[in-house]
Formats: sequence, structure tokens, C-alpha cells
Amino acid sequence: MPPSPEPAAEIALDVQDIHHGFGAVDVLQGVSLQVRQGEIVGVIGPGGAGKSVLIKVCCGLLVPDEGDVVLLGQRLREADDRTLQTLRNRLGLAFQNYALFDFMTVARNVAFPMVQRGEASAAAIDEKVQRRLAEVDLPHAGPLFPNELSGGMKKRVGLARASINDPEFVFFDDPTAGLDPVTSSKIFRLVRRARDEQGASCLVVSHDIDRMQACVDRFVLLYRGQIRWRGTSEEGYEAEDAVVRSFFRGGVEGLTR
Amino acid sequence: MKAAAGAGTGASKRLHPVGRAALRVLSAVGTPFVSAAELVGGIVLTLTGILRALIPPRFDGHETWRNLHRVGVKSSPIVVLTALFTGAIMVIQSGEYVRTTGATGLLGWGAGLAVFSEVGPVLIGLMFSGRVGANNTAELGTMKVTEQIDALRALAIDPVHHLVVPRFVAMVSMLFLLTVLGDLFALIGGAITSELIVGVDYRSFFASIFETHLLDEFLVGLVKATFFGASISVVSCYFGMGVRGGAAGVGKAVNDAVVNAAIGIFAIDYLITFLWSELF
Repeated sequence: MPPSPEPAAEIALDVQDIHHGFGAVDVLQGVSLQVRQGEIVGVIGPGGAGKSVLIKVCCGLLVPDEGDVVLLGQRLREADDRTLQTLRNRLGLAFQNYALFDFMTVARNVAFPMVQRGEASAAAIDEKVQRRLAEVDLPHAGPLFPNELSGGMKKRVGLARASINDPEFVFFDDPTAGLDPVTSSKIFRLVRRARDEQGASCLVVSHDIDRMQACVDRFVLLYRGQIRWRGTSEEGYEAEDAVVRSFFRGGVEGLTR
Repeated sequence: MKAAAGAGTGASKRLHPVGRAALRVLSAVGTPFVSAAELVGGIVLTLTGILRALIPPRFDGHETWRNLHRVGVKSSPIVVLTALFTGAIMVIQSGEYVRTTGATGLLGWGAGLAVFSEVGPVLIGLMFSGRVGANNTAELGTMKVTEQIDALRALAIDPVHHLVVPRFVAMVSMLFLLTVLGDLFALIGGAITSELIVGVDYRSFFASIFETHLLDEFLVGLVKATFFGASISVVSCYFGMGVRGGAAGVGKAVNDAVVNAAIGIFAIDYLITFLWSELF
């Protein structure tokens, strides 16, 4: 288990009683959670529980029906477009479906956030892109296009892009979905590295609890649009709640759809 | 709010049959009106967003160059081919009357008038809408359903500045230039047909165009092309950025974009022709 940040550490993300729905479906029903500075929090839960929606609400891509999010000290409801753009320059987001720009090479995809920020020289950008691609074990993928990569390679390019600007907070939306165990372990090592080397706080959504527990400081279980449980993986295995135990032990005890 | 909606549904069930029939009529009349208002409102908002990004200009230069090439250079062969045939058909259609009446001096004038003011911009506009507008909607729609547009926003990049404005600039400027190119090749096609099929010398054909002062018709055609380009780009971007529901949603958006862009072309053509005839 990685060392947790001090309990008194500053709150990087404060999700306050979020409600959000699509049409007649209430996806999030009063979700509250906090992520401290330098902490990695894993969000687990069944498919359709609202995990990806929660990430989009947290980084301001979706405006919740009720409740608010305070991210890196900025209350999102009060943020105008300019404030939101400035805030997003301090964030990284790795998407579940990669979301790589398919008309750009891998190198341009990874460089894109730095180029758009316009603060670094072309040589500095090239050097950092090469370094990031080497870190994700893709040192020669720069000239390729996303459609020439496997799913695992696309995920790693997405992670490289999400962390290229050394963000203060990184959201990982199911970074290991559909990947083999070896690649999944590599991906979670990269998530850890984002925290250990860049000091980033992270919110990670995944179903891969076995490999995730070596990476995250604590878990929250999102179940039917609500936070059902919070704690460490050890606590999860021994939880009184059968639903929580089922997620950690892989059984179906207590689960109903 | 959802509870209120549910209560509303329950309340409508308790209505007198006449009341329920009236509600159905109102719904049947109101739904298309609301849809049309949503379409017009969405297009106006898209256009407003584009204009706000243009003054002062804030858009991605690399993406603009990429679109200028994709939209303009790659469209030129099909525009040249369409224009050659269009000019030739104009001359064949009028050739019989010219031969019968002996008014060979009117052959170039007739073809030039039709090509410059109507057939050139409208046909090239429709061709452009089918090729470029549909492609644009499909590309933006695919980016939407694969979360690439969310990725832009997450990277603090405004999708209007980065994706929509470069397409608007490329489509307006390139349709203008393609119309000039198309007009030229339509006249070349007409001149070749005039010489080979109708038997009117190509020098007489071109002389009748230049002697009859068709500059006004040429200019009004270019004004139309500019507005067609703006209309096609705004409509195609609006439908592309609004895609919902995966591949089926992209297909529907492309269909809606092509149909609405064609309606836009004919409406703008009518309006400019009417205003031009009233003002000059």
C-alpha cells in the first residue's frame, strides 16, 4: 500500500452533494467525496453506476443539476469560461475511450496541450514529448497515427498526453479497460508516477481492483448513484456490507441489479 | 422537476376527452415549431460563436491550413469536371435555338449569364455541400461521439476556436475561389462545345460574353457563393457538434446537414436574386 498523504493535507477536490441525471434517469444522487493534495483515490462500482459522469462533473465538462465541486480551490459553479480554461490548464484527463485526435500523429497528440499553452519552445516540447513517450514504453510511436496503435498503446498515449503539462490534478477514467494484466500493471505504475514525481492528486475510475490497490491510497464505492462505502482495500475485504465485500472478493453475494 | 412532469402526465390522463384531443392537436402543431425554433436558434448561436472568435481573430492556424487544403484543393477536380459539363450542357440546350434563329452572337451571352449568376454558384454550392459539408458533419460528429471534443475542452481549448472557425474560414474562402474556377471552366466547356457541336467559333462565343458586360452577374454569383459557403459551414458544424448516440447519430446528422444546407442554398439564392433585382 502506498504511503497516504497527511490527513491534514489541503483538499484538492471537494465534491459536494452532486445530483445529476439524463432525462428520467438520475445517475448521481447526492455524491460527496474529497481528494487531498497528493492523494490517489480509486472509484469503483458496477457499470452504469455513474463513475464516468462523476469524472466529467468533477472537471467541469458537465454541469450538475444540483450540488457543487471545488477543484484546486475554485468553485466550479462560480467559474466563468476564462476561469474554467485557466483551471483546466492545471488538470489532466485520460479518457476511457482514449479520445486521441485521429488526424494527428502520436507525437502531435502528446504535444498538443503544451503547444496550445504556448509557453515552451518547439525544442523543449519535442524533448518532453520524447521523454513522456519513453516513459510509457512507446519511444518510437511518435510518427504513427492513432489508428495504427493497439488499445493498450492508445491508452498509454492518452496517459502521456494527460500528464504532459505536469498537471496538479489528474483524472483517469478506466485507464485499464480491456487491457491485459501486464499492460494494466504498467498503466497503474504510470498513475503512481504522476503522483510520486509530479505531486499530482489523482481520481482513478477502474474495475481492476486487484492491480489498483497497489496504486491508490483509498477507495470509494459508487453504487446506484451514491457513495456506498469508503476505505482501504484491507477494510474492503473485511467490510460488513456484502455489496462491498463482493466487489473486493469478486463474488456476487449481496449484488442486485 | 421530474416529479412535476410525472404529475403533468397523470393530470392529462384525468382530462376530459375533448381536453386530451386539444392537447394532442397543440402538441402536433407545437412540436415542429419547437424543433424549427431549436434549429434556427442553434444555427444563430453557432454563427454568433464564430463571429465572436473572428473579431479579433482567434483561431488555430495549423487547423485552418489543413482545412483549406482538404476543402479547397481536394474539391477542385470535381468542381472543374462539374463545371466543364455544365457549361457544355448550357450550350447544347441553347444551340438548337441559336442555329434556328441565326443569333450566334447570343450563345456566349446566354451561357455566361446562366453560369455566372445561377448555375455556377448553385451547382458548385450543392456539390460542395454534398462533398465538404457532409464530410465536415461526419468528422465533427465522430469527434463528438469518441469524446475528442470533450478532450479539447478538458485541455482548456475552445472547440469553436479550434475546430469550427477554421472550417468556416476555409469553406467560405474556398467556395468563393472554387466558384471563380468553376465559372472559368464552365465557359471553357461551353466554348469547346460551341466550336465542336454547335458550330459557333469559340472566339465569337467569348466575344459575346465580354461585349455584353456580364461583370454584374459574375459579381452577384460570387456574393451568392460567399453566403452559400457561410451557410454550408455553419449548418454542417452545428449538426456535427450536436451529434448524439454513436454511429446512428452521425448518420442522421449528416443527412440533416445535407438537407438543411440545400434548403439554405436555395433560400439564400432566392433572397439575393430578389434583393439584387430590386436594388440594381
